[in-house]
Amino acid sequence: MSSVAQKKGFGAWLWDWMTTVDHKKIGILYFLGGAFFFVLGGIEAMMIRIQLLNPESTLISAGLFNQLITMHGTTMIFLAAMPILFGFMNAIMPLQIGARDVAFPFINSLGFWMFMFGGIFLNISWLAGGAPDAGWTSYTSLAITSPGHGVDFYSIGLQLAGAGTLMSGINFLVTIINMRAPGMTYMRMPLFTWTTFIASAMILFAFPPLTVGLFFLTFDRLFGANFFDHTMGGNTIIWEHIFWIFGHPEVYILILPAFGIFSEIFPTFAKKRLFGYTSMVFATVLIGFLGFMVWAHHMFTVGLGSTANAIFAVATMAIAVPTGVKIFNWLLTIWGGSIKVTTPMLYAIAFIPSFVMGGVTGVMQGAAPLDYQLHDSYFIVAHFHYVIVGGVVLGILAATHYWWPKMFGTMLNEKLGKVTFWFFFIGFHMTFLIQHWLGFWGMPRRVFTYMDGQGWNLANYISTVGAFLMAIGVIVLVINAIMTTVKNEPVANDPWGDGRTLEWATQSPPLYYNFPQTPLVRGLDTVWIEKQEGNKSGFTPAVPLQDIHMPHGSIIPFLMSFGLFIAGFGAMYRLETAWGLPLLIFGLLWTFVAMSVRSVKDDLGYYVPKEEILEDMKREGGQK
Amino acid sequence: MDLNQKFTPETWPEKPELATFEGKNKFVGFWLFLGGEVILFATLFATYLALKNKGPEGLEFTTQGLFELPLVFVMTMLLLTSSLTSVYAMYHLRNFNFRKMQLWLGFTAFLGLGFLMLEVYEFVHYVGLGFTYGNSAFSSAFYTLVGTHGFHVAIGLVWITLLIFRNAKRGLNLYNASKYYTFSLYWHFIDVVWVFIFTAVYLMGVVG
Repeated sequence: MSSVAQKKGFGAWLWDWMTTVDHKKIGILYFLGGAFFFVLGGIEAMMIRIQLLNPESTLISAGLFNQLITMHGTTMIFLAAMPILFGFMNAIMPLQIGARDVAFPFINSLGFWMFMFGGIFLNISWLAGGAPDAGWTSYTSLAITSPGHGVDFYSIGLQLAGAGTLMSGINFLVTIINMRAPGMTYMRMPLFTWTTFIASAMILFAFPPLTVGLFFLTFDRLFGANFFDHTMGGNTIIWEHIFWIFGHPEVYILILPAFGIFSEIFPTFAKKRLFGYTSMVFATVLIGFLGFMVWAHHMFTVGLGSTANAIFAVATMAIAVPTGVKIFNWLLTIWGGSIKVTTPMLYAIAFIPSFVMGGVTGVMQGAAPLDYQLHDSYFIVAHFHYVIVGGVVLGILAATHYWWPKMFGTMLNEKLGKVTFWFFFIGFHMTFLIQHWLGFWGMPRRVFTYMDGQGWNLANYISTVGAFLMAIGVIVLVINAIMTTVKNEPVANDPWGDGRTLEWATQSPPLYYNFPQTPLVRGLDTVWIEKQEGNKSGFTPAVPLQDIHMPHGSIIPFLMSFGLFIAGFGAMYRLETAWGLPLLIFGLLWTFVAMSVRSVKDDLGYYVPKEEILEDMKREGGQK
Repeated sequence: MDLNQKFTPETWPEKPELATFEGKNKFVGFWLFLGGEVILFATLFATYLALKNKGPEGLEFTTQGLFELPLVFVMTMLLLTSSLTSVYAMYHLRNFNFRKMQLWLGFTAFLGLGFLMLEVYEFVHYVGLGFTYGNSAFSSAFYTLVGTHGFHVAIGLVWITLLIFRNAKRGLNLYNASKYYTFSLYWHFIDVVWVFIFTAVYLMGVVG
């Protein structure tokens, strides 16, 4: 009897998560989905490093190695870093602006499922005859001749995930434009909201080129098009331009939210308002703008000519200016503050020197003549891992600890958090610092092995040991997460005690309608202001208690994404099987019918009655 | 929002598409979406211009020999007129005249369908000549650019048909007003893209 009831409970629980349109739950889904792919990409990284541990290693074949580096890069960028950041944006940003939800809860759910199905699609390649092997940039000189279906998994899988990202980007933009609480002017928005805003704007303009580029690649490989085949008049450089017009803004799409995270953590744990808030905002906007102007610095050696190279070199170096502004602002925020070295703060402090090192090597490569020397060497690998791991991943780990209580209602263990930090931080520098020298010593990137006696052995050995330290750090974090989830000790609204922004003025985790009443915002760091004036809850309502309008959940986003997922298989196997084309048509029709149902069926949402909110407030002992 | 709220032309808000919170979100969201679409088409245009008349040795088909302006002129007229009729429809939307709005949207769909049929005819004609999708880099770029636009027209046609039939019995309310309005934004956008295609592909192809 009871097992039946339990089963039913599980089904309902699963259904609830599959149909949810609640931004907090979708945030958790994004976070967990991203974390899963992060571990997967990490395992790929470990295999790469183990292969390179010793010279002339035969552990992994050259072909498999190419698949591993391709999937490691693609997974980490598209399926780990972005979704985890999207998780935080979803879970936190609406709270920070005092909104009930995002502007389009349905599209939010659709964006998540598109990402998830895209990620699964891409990774099925491992089981279906080999993963993509043309590098994460998938330059078409390699990609259009790559045998098997690996690259098709890449182009279609990323197409799905990319479409999901674009939707979410538009969603965040509209949320921030239209749904800020009374008094939350643009220049009172927390920096994480600002960086979400700018990153979303960049997504809006950077992802359509990727969409087009991936379609070209798919059409070239599967539908007989000739965009990149020079024997038919095509041009492979078109792909490089399109890819980097997307790809360079993409790195700022990743790093800006991380900047936002650190801009929240520094003031909280230094007990000081962010130094130079206005200049921070403008630096963010400027980085977002300049991010679109520099794509050709990835193509210095293509032969665009010295004029083009010079222009892009100057534009590239210009980005160091707003970034420098940010670095100094963070330093001056800590300066003279009353500093509490919690785990998030540790990450934040470690981030500054790590990221600056990545930035400095970036300026070095920005000098086109020097780039000719550094191009395709391990120096490049070292550089971009310093900015991505030293910036984005440290940001993600910091935010994981910082916002865990807000997302899951319980605190991660601080001691284990610090253990994770030290393993990860030392491992990170050990892995990648030495790779700068490997590059100087002439080791090319993307090689599956190297000869003995070139003086690269020790450096590679050190690098691999460092990678193991990072892996230990991540394992400790996973253990920490499981332990605290099992213990599940509930925490108060503001478990860090010094929260400054609106997310800390509601329950941990918040009730499904976020705030019982829409908050009134009286300045930057509004919760801090309220607390200073003796309002312990940190919250002043802007409106009387009233019924709250909420959206209905829906399974349609899941179904729509699923239709495109199976259509992808149809497109891929169209040429060699009889069922390919019917499956493609069926999948598209499926999605289309789901869309039509969504369009035709009225969905007006429902109201949470005032009485229920009063009950909740009494039980939670919330604000009066 | 209450679907049963009854309106008269006097009580109907001046900008019904912005009268609800959801409507405001849709308005901003759709404009942003169109911003992304601009970049999408810009990428397609750039690729087309780079690959125009490019093909294997002894390329048989070029813009000069292939395109026929009279047909394209008729297509352009159909689509431009359909944009005009959708403006009339939006005029009646604001005046709370449901019947006339539906009528003008019907004309819009009809003209759009005419455009699409001619485009299908054009493509079939070219393929019949041997100018297939895989003929050259030029053909791939041409069909992808113009075809993406045609696909947008097809989507728009299905969209407006669904709207017209879904709301035929219940008339205008604040819930569907923003849906109609978003469609008209979309339709204008496709029209603008076509103006660029007409110029960059056909005119510059034949005359330039």
